[in-house]
Amino acid sequence: MQDVIVAPAPPAATPQPPRKRRPFRKTAEPFGFLAPTLVLMFVLMVIPVVLVVGYSFMDNVILTKEPEFVGVDNFVTVLTDGVFLTAIRNTLFFTISSVVAHLVIGLGFAMLLNSPLIGTVSRAIFRALYILPWLFTAAVIAVLWRMLLAPNGVVNFLLDTDVEWLASPALALGTVTFINIWAGYPFFMVSLLAGLQGVPAQLHEAATVDGANGWQRFWSVTIPQLRPIIISLTLLDLIWTSQQFALIWMTTGGGPVNVTEMLSTYTYKLAFSRYEFALASTSAVLVLLMSMVLAFFYVRHQRAED
Amino acid sequence: MPKTRTSTPADGSVRTAPRPRSKIERRRSRQRVGVVIGLVLGAIFAAAPVLWMLASSFKSNTEIFEFPPRLITDNFSFDAYTAIFSDPEKVQFFVNSYVVSFSVTTLTLLVAIHAAYAFSRFDFPGKRPINMVIVSVQAVPPITLLIPYFGIVVALGLYNTYPGLILTYMVFTLPYAIIMLTGYLNTIPKELDEAVRMDGAGSLTALWRVLVPVSVPGIVSVGVYTFMIAWNEYLFALTLTRTQDMRTVPIGIQLLMGQHSYEWNEIMAMSILGSVPVLVLFLFFQRYFISGLTSGSVKS
Repeated sequence: MQDVIVAPAPPAATPQPPRKRRPFRKTAEPFGFLAPTLVLMFVLMVIPVVLVVGYSFMDNVILTKEPEFVGVDNFVTVLTDGVFLTAIRNTLFFTISSVVAHLVIGLGFAMLLNSPLIGTVSRAIFRALYILPWLFTAAVIAVLWRMLLAPNGVVNFLLDTDVEWLASPALALGTVTFINIWAGYPFFMVSLLAGLQGVPAQLHEAATVDGANGWQRFWSVTIPQLRPIIISLTLLDLIWTSQQFALIWMTTGGGPVNVTEMLSTYTYKLAFSRYEFALASTSAVLVLLMSMVLAFFYVRHQRAED
Repeated sequence: MPKTRTSTPADGSVRTAPRPRSKIERRRSRQRVGVVIGLVLGAIFAAAPVLWMLASSFKSNTEIFEFPPRLITDNFSFDAYTAIFSDPEKVQFFVNSYVVSFSVTTLTLLVAIHAAYAFSRFDFPGKRPINMVIVSVQAVPPITLLIPYFGIVVALGLYNTYPGLILTYMVFTLPYAIIMLTGYLNTIPKELDEAVRMDGAGSLTALWRVLVPVSVPGIVSVGVYTFMIAWNEYLFALTLTRTQDMRTVPIGIQLLMGQHSYEWNEIMAMSILGSVPVLVLFLFFQRYFISGLTSGSVKS
């Protein structure tokens, strides 16, 4: 299951009475309530981000006491590393394929569940079944699919094939992407189902009266109504999926020969397999920059919605 | 949907039915068949792997890859589960996960409810920027934080300890909890706690005597979600612990994959047991859970 980023709706500022000087105690009070949060955020976020950005311009960090400033050398090294470029390509493929498939499958299932042609009980049952993949953590999903996709596993039996799904250089990237698609669509489905239930029935009726068929109603009523949700979900999923580590690490570990290497696994290996903490920090800063670009669009979109 | 030209319904009911079914009714029933087929195919896609995992946990290890594969095999047994419960090392994974997850949940709720109270009921300089920071913190990649965390945790002597995990997990759980709880407190009329404060009680009393009791549903749903994030966390647990006796369930599952020969039935049993807390929480709190989740992305 993924961490959830929700509702950045800033609390509505209370309408202010004409400015009066408030006594110090009044101003200090909310900071008293915020103090533990501010301290934790400073220790867990501000300091680490400053450190990692600092490390990215140094050498010999963490492991030795004498780091030296090397300017942008690390950035040159990382950006010209063929494996880093492969990792970017793989991350792009993995992320975009996953997000598109999450959206298509999530919307398809949400529309099936929202169909007026099925009863309440069957809707509840199917919804529970469809949510299932989402309730398992990445470690469980990884071992489950490793069993299913083993050379003598049940998938090869059903397809009458004899394929090393996760070990073949030609198939591994597609396979981990498929597993991620299976694991991640329910978040879209749940949110889109809630969205579909909020589409006013009159809109569909009006479109029907105007002679629109099902396909036309889908494109001219359903999709425009869901657009804000779809944009939010897509941006959130782009952020999460591009950061995916656990699933890749436990299925392929980035192999075979880097064909499933992602930015996350590449960075992890630099730090904790090769102990190149400075280079790892550089890679981590680049990943941070990409996430911040996506987060910027997400926050801006949410603001616009408010 | 192609239009049928014949006037006879497909099911031949025209002879017995007193009145022929209308065109619309026939189209409806064909649509229903389509929807049901879609639903069933979707259910197979979603649930068959999970069913196979459950079934495999009851097999003997040799039966898991038998040919042809069967869902229920001759040696149906709970042996894999017994094996896990009788191995103190594996039980320890669960103990660790529960200790860490409950601690993270308690601390997160305690810190977050006060922050949410400040955001919901007070105006103060820097309110918007602080709120923006808390929102955007959620997009910072865990891998970016991991490298400095490793250095900090080692330097503080928290490497391979519970506090090391509990503290670092709060970077994920705290922003989410603050945002959700602020939203929840905003739905509670201000008059409620202002009345108490007018009577001379302090703000802290108003929070704990008035707001917290009426916010129980919101606190519970945030607590459930926090617990799940902590229970499922993998990257930090992998990197910030070292010894077997400090490992959490997700790492334990992975360790089973590496040890001696693959005991697939035990791996599956461990996976099921490791998923039970989340499944149970979801079952009981489904309604809160889904509404909490979607409240951000879905605007009514």
